[in-house]
Amino acid sequence: MKINKETVEKVAHLARLEVSEDEKELFAHQLSDILDHAEKLNELDTEDIAPTAHALPIQNVFRKDEVRASLDREAVLANAPQKDEGMFKVPQIVD
Amino acid sequence: MLDGYEMTVGLEIHVQLDTDTKIFCGCKNEFGAEPNHHTCPICLGLPGTLPVLNEKAVEYIVKAGLALNCEINTFSKFDRKNYFYADLPKAYQISQFDLPFCEDGHVMIQLEDETEMKIGITRIHLEEDAGKLNHAGEGIASSDSSLVDYNRVGTPLIEIVSEPDIHSPEQAIAYLKKIKSILEYIGVSDCDMSQGSMRADVNISVAPTGSDELGTRTELKNMNSFKAIEKALKYEPKRQIKVLESGGEIIQGTLTWDDEAGKTIPMRSKEEAHDYRYFPEPDLVPVIVEQEWVDGIEDSLPELPDARQKRYVEELGIPEYDAMVITADREMADFFEAVVKEHNDAKAISNWIMGDFSRLLNEESITIAEVKFKPADLAQMLKLMDEGTISSKIAKTVFEEMFATGKNPDTIVEEKGLKQISDTSELEKIIDQVIADNQSALEDYRGGNKNVFGFFIGQTMKATRGKANPGMVNKILKEKLEG
Repeated sequence: MKINKETVEKVAHLARLEVSEDEKELFAHQLSDILDHAEKLNELDTEDIAPTAHALPIQNVFRKDEVRASLDREAVLANAPQKDEGMFKVPQIVD
Repeated sequence: MLDGYEMTVGLEIHVQLDTDTKIFCGCKNEFGAEPNHHTCPICLGLPGTLPVLNEKAVEYIVKAGLALNCEINTFSKFDRKNYFYADLPKAYQISQFDLPFCEDGHVMIQLEDETEMKIGITRIHLEEDAGKLNHAGEGIASSDSSLVDYNRVGTPLIEIVSEPDIHSPEQAIAYLKKIKSILEYIGVSDCDMSQGSMRADVNISVAPTGSDELGTRTELKNMNSFKAIEKALKYEPKRQIKVLESGGEIIQGTLTWDDEAGKTIPMRSKEEAHDYRYFPEPDLVPVIVEQEWVDGIEDSLPELPDARQKRYVEELGIPEYDAMVITADREMADFFEAVVKEHNDAKAISNWIMGDFSRLLNEESITIAEVKFKPADLAQMLKLMDEGTISSKIAKTVFEEMFATGKNPDTIVEEKGLKQISDTSELEKIIDQVIADNQSALEDYRGGNKNVFGFFIGQTMKATRGKANPGMVNKILKEKLEG
């Protein structure tokens, strides 16, 4: 599968990554190679194989609905670049 | 209403489940706590943490699915929905994409013209709620910063997606109310819209009447009032038609409802460039819902509003409309039944519940749980009426006093001296006095003006402050006036 520069730009935007013009070319090439490699799986006949929902053959891992102690708020906010009134302060959301 | 066009409404109803803890961690699931007091490394999305599914949340969504007539998928899994937003600390929401717990359900709604209608439910899936943003200043667009409270992150949410079966504001509201009523009955959520535990995304489109295709839709997100939804649904289709009629095109996108201006306002479409890149959630294993489990949950379901309504009509003989109104609210229906248990006149009870009781609840804006008197008190009041101890007019006074103070009706009648006067000699004495005081009216009556009879009744009631037994007053007055 061929990945073009526009696709790289779109994926980079969705991931909020800044990439240079050179990187766009490089990544387009590399991503194409990765997808081509994965394409090989399509050669397998999976006619009678159920879709895989998870790599582990385990189901139904639950916890009981029981309250456990939460973190102290001091600790919660310890690494916040900005905080106010016990909350995380973030920059303007809609511009 | 919409000349030549038909509107179609899709509703995605988000309902917070009333579990003790969050969906993937043991933090308290509680509204109104101090900001960021119910958070931990898991719901804060710190690297290296792993979610573990709350079994109760699965039980509740299965319960909701059964109550809403859905198929329960035996095999279900979670998926990641990826997007960046400040209320989402992990930068992805754990939701369900292709294998939700419930599919293909429906509810029946009743409309004002007494027709019944089936509204399909496409699916119900389980997901985690996001945090809450508090905007400084005027609102989201004008503030230069926001404050984020992550208490709500990880609150278990179910999303109920409707089929495009809804074609009027009335149908939309009836559907929303039915869903709310059923979920309250089964106790999976308090559905308190003012606290955001029930809210809806509303999709609206119009198309020429008879067209097979739906028009381009616009969406109103996070609506949490029936009134606002109804108003928006009356406004938006007309706006869309105006655009189409003037040769324009509907732009698919999110709108906000400005309640004060009474109109919809487009949000920046840049925010709409969503590409969620769903993929199977690697941190959670699939869930297999065993039939035995489903059966157990099904057995635990209470009698639902529709069944209850039918029973009230068929077995208790109350009118369809009364039954619908009373059963819509489980607490109301429970209260009604508790009174019926003590007193066998269901119609009289329903009249009081639908009338003065509902009126006072509204006026005082209190819930049934806050009502001071007991169902047995209302039953006792009705017995006092039946026995002739109080008249129906006095009963109103007694009822209001019961509602205000919670005192039992016997005490109220005793304390206020409201006992009906049914003693013949006592009534005769009062009536003799009334006649003696109104000689000219008596002459009118005897002269053939029978209309004066009502005046004498009124005077007698006035003299007894409404306590005279009306039937007896009627009889004695007639005898005396005829002379």
